[in-house]
Amino acid sequence: MAETLTKNHEILEGPQAPRQSRFVQQFRLFKENRLAVVGLVIFLAFFITAVAGVVLTSGQDPVFNPSLVRLQEKLQPPLSLPNLETLKAHEVPTLGIYLLGTDDLGRDVFARMLQGAWVSLTVGFVAVGIAVIVGIFLGGLAGYYGQEGICYDQILDFLLLLSGIIFFILKWHKLGFGLFTAGIFMMILSFRARRVKQNRFMPGWLHKSAFSFDTLIMRMVDIMLCFPSFFLILTVVALLPASIYNIMIVIGLTSWMGTTRFVRAEFLSLREQDFVSAAKALGLGNFRIIFRHMMPNAVAPVLVSATIGIATAILTEAGLSFLGFGVPPPYATWGNILSDGKRFIFDAPWLTFVPGIAILIVVLCFNLFGEGLKDALNPKLRQE
Amino acid sequence: MAFQKPLLRTEDLKVYFYGRDKISRAVDGVSYHIHAGETVCLVGESGCGKTVSALAALGLIPSPPGKIVGGRILFKGTDILSLDEDAMQKIRGNQISMVFQEPLTSLNPVFTIGDQIGEAIRTHETISQDALDKRCVQLLRDMGIPSPEQRLHDYPHQLSGGQRQRVMIAMALACNPDLMIADEPTTALDVTVQAQILNLLKSVQEKASMAVLYITHDLGVVSGIADRVYVMYAGLIVEEGNTRQVFGNAVHPYTMGLLASLPDRKKRGKRLHNIPGTVPNPAYKPDGCPFHPRCSHAVESCKTVEPEMIPLEEGHRCRCPVLAKKP
Amino acid sequence: MFSFIGRSIVQKTITLFFVSVVSFLIIHLAPGEPSQIDPMNPKFTPEMVERFRTQFHLDKPLYVQYVYFYRDLFTGKIVSWKDNQSVLAKIWERFLNSLPLFIVGTLLTWTLSFPVGIRSAIYRGGVYDRSATFFSYLLISIPGFFFAYILIILVVTAFHVPVIGMETYGMGNAPWPNLFMDRIWHLLIPSALGATAGIAVLSRYVRSQMLEVEGQDYVRTAKAKGLPPDQVHYKHALRNALLPFVTMFGLILPGLIGGSVIIESIFSWPGMGRMAYEAILARDYPIILTVNFLSAVLVLAGTFLSDLLYLVVDPRIRL
Repeated sequence: MAETLTKNHEILEGPQAPRQSRFVQQFRLFKENRLAVVGLVIFLAFFITAVAGVVLTSGQDPVFNPSLVRLQEKLQPPLSLPNLETLKAHEVPTLGIYLLGTDDLGRDVFARMLQGAWVSLTVGFVAVGIAVIVGIFLGGLAGYYGQEGICYDQILDFLLLLSGIIFFILKWHKLGFGLFTAGIFMMILSFRARRVKQNRFMPGWLHKSAFSFDTLIMRMVDIMLCFPSFFLILTVVALLPASIYNIMIVIGLTSWMGTTRFVRAEFLSLREQDFVSAAKALGLGNFRIIFRHMMPNAVAPVLVSATIGIATAILTEAGLSFLGFGVPPPYATWGNILSDGKRFIFDAPWLTFVPGIAILIVVLCFNLFGEGLKDALNPKLRQE
Repeated sequence: MAFQKPLLRTEDLKVYFYGRDKISRAVDGVSYHIHAGETVCLVGESGCGKTVSALAALGLIPSPPGKIVGGRILFKGTDILSLDEDAMQKIRGNQISMVFQEPLTSLNPVFTIGDQIGEAIRTHETISQDALDKRCVQLLRDMGIPSPEQRLHDYPHQLSGGQRQRVMIAMALACNPDLMIADEPTTALDVTVQAQILNLLKSVQEKASMAVLYITHDLGVVSGIADRVYVMYAGLIVEEGNTRQVFGNAVHPYTMGLLASLPDRKKRGKRLHNIPGTVPNPAYKPDGCPFHPRCSHAVESCKTVEPEMIPLEEGHRCRCPVLAKKP
Repeated sequence: MFSFIGRSIVQKTITLFFVSVVSFLIIHLAPGEPSQIDPMNPKFTPEMVERFRTQFHLDKPLYVQYVYFYRDLFTGKIVSWKDNQSVLAKIWERFLNSLPLFIVGTLLTWTLSFPVGIRSAIYRGGVYDRSATFFSYLLISIPGFFFAYILIILVVTAFHVPVIGMETYGMGNAPWPNLFMDRIWHLLIPSALGATAGIAVLSRYVRSQMLEVEGQDYVRTAKAKGLPPDQVHYKHALRNALLPFVTMFGLILPGLIGGSVIIESIFSWPGMGRMAYEAILARDYPIILTVNFLSAVLVLAGTFLSDLLYLVVDPRIRL
């Protein structure tokens, strides 16, 4: 009887689960999470508003003028009509109505909110962009080249070059120049010493590895984590001249540690996986392995943390504005509209509530969207 | 034995798992019974529903997504599906206990093994601390664990895999249950340790005269220990009978395929048989006989008609109308 | 064990050294000068500016300034540039003001987030879980000072109690229950505000930990033993889910010195955060650097403490 069975070598598959691409599955999972979908929709609406805002409020003669002062119309509540008798023709709001009221200088809050949307969005995206780029770069290096040691002579080279540059900046030109040349000379020496087997230039201990690359980067992360982050941002922003770019850069440069940590963790585990060994066995270059084979797998958690990071950056900007270190006056941001409004909280509550609720909704959407993305990208949940 | 009332009997048990947009019919009408003191094996490839049908007897189907949608489970004559959670707790561990597949993850890493065994006893009996310690030591000694007094204070990670499984068995035996369910207790262990654990289970069963429901995919193990065998495929029992009937006189093509794929001294030098294809996904089962896409005996009617269990001889039944008719 | 302690102390000291260098460089290389030595400042004559520069060692090279600064810090002689008072004494005074806020806030965070998170995990997908999830997102997303104003308006209009400052001014001879209640009100609102984000984040984390553990095999084993659900959840599952939180105990420490700049500003609470904020405004470098250094010490001590605690609670880790 067994023979009759074995005669049939044809492999007959029963009906299996319909094949779906990973993206389709992820999208289905994402759709399941209704809050996340709401988050995405509002995020898109916010994005469109911000783009519309920058178009409609900039230029010589903007459609909505956010900086037009009408002192006779100050602190008008939302939906109030302008007093046409006291206003000149160009001062009448574009919609013929103060949709969200006016502030203490009679500026149209609706126009200011439109302009602020773009600024808040830029601050969030640029700051997180910087953090993510630094984070991926350092995390990838630590994770992929982590085990490579840094030798004593390399440290020495680096210290010589660095101190040379520092002294040069401190205007000790001769000493700086001397150290810098010594550093370059050292570097050439150690390069040669590595090539030549019997090296006469250097004692052997200089080639011993002092610590690994991974240690170096992770200690940098530890050092950065020692600073209380809001306090650090506040200090630097307060010491630097007030500008929107400084704020973006400072927020970005103080929030890359999380990304670094998990890109590294992800890379460490990916390195051990067979498809990376296979890629190496095929003789692919490190660059190609990192960016073509490993990065797509590590990108999911980075995306999630970036989404949530944008939310945090918008909140941080608002906090800085509140303390008077936010984006300086020519720009309106939701943060500084809100903090300007706090003086009139009992007389003109809309000046607090309009930007406050707007920030709340946008940040909430980013968080919900990020959380939904996390679930959708989680391979454990994708099964079944 | 045949006229005795069975200890555990499931009738047409159906357990479905409700996914987002599909229903997995993991167990789709399974009836089996176990008499007191008997060893019964549930055999099948992974994913055929054997673990789920055993977990159902303990009321441990993860819910959601799992749900028992039909059938009865009679334990000593009472339908345990109608019992409330409190009454179920009195049965679990006390009258029916279970040994799981992975001894590494099935023991709680933060409690000592003494705590974990003692807990099983204290939950069901009132006992003094001294007596409890003595009993735990005795249990460990019965399981063949050296210097049990010291081991009592060890944490699970300090033991080897085989020893951990012995602790699991000690825990399952702690309250002298009437039925022990062993879910692939040897799969995660080394081959030499597997044999030790199997011998241990056998000797324990003889001593305690309890029934054992042994779940495995390894037919080699079955022939050594089982009184009766149920072969499961895709949520259904496809053949049942005593060990001699199933091993010597298998009728269902799936059972034959399993037996043919066993390595055997007689088949030395020949190529081992394999069953083409894979077990169907429980959410997308084929119509008719679930085995027909992989079966070389399949006829046209197999693709449409769901087969019934057909009695062959005393206690031997199978779910294949094509082969059952042939003498 | 001892080698572990020794190694981590050495490692943390090195980290601390680099932190001190980096913070020193950030402060001193930033453009601009402290107001006392700013040549543009009309209050000071060039001679005074010169005197200040020598007094603060600002005429020396950076690395000499660095050595002077940390020598003064460790000998406790460090003084504020603004009013020449001892920095450590100033910090201690403000620290005592911030301490009640910190204690009440931490207690609120840890006592509220655990029950919420555990309950959410046990009744996953239910009404309770979903509303807790939504509220925690709401609390994470609301700008802190906006929320503060809403709360102040609510409390002031509903209960007619003043909440700004540490106590109501001029209540000197009121009966003690009134005094006591006054202090409580003043303390409760800012602490609750400081705790909201913490509660939201921590309860989410408790929930996910708990869910992770509830799916483990040993929880099924515990159920199969016939344990009542409470014992399964609160003994077997919770004990494992708690392990990561033990490490978070150490991370509370840095909160001791940070304080919240924003909340203390809103409530005019003379605490650490406000002092640091004022120091930043006045470019009072010794105070900024000392606060920074102390908080780095606390962060490192906190991580060290959590490593030690982990050793104690997780039987799997033995060195």
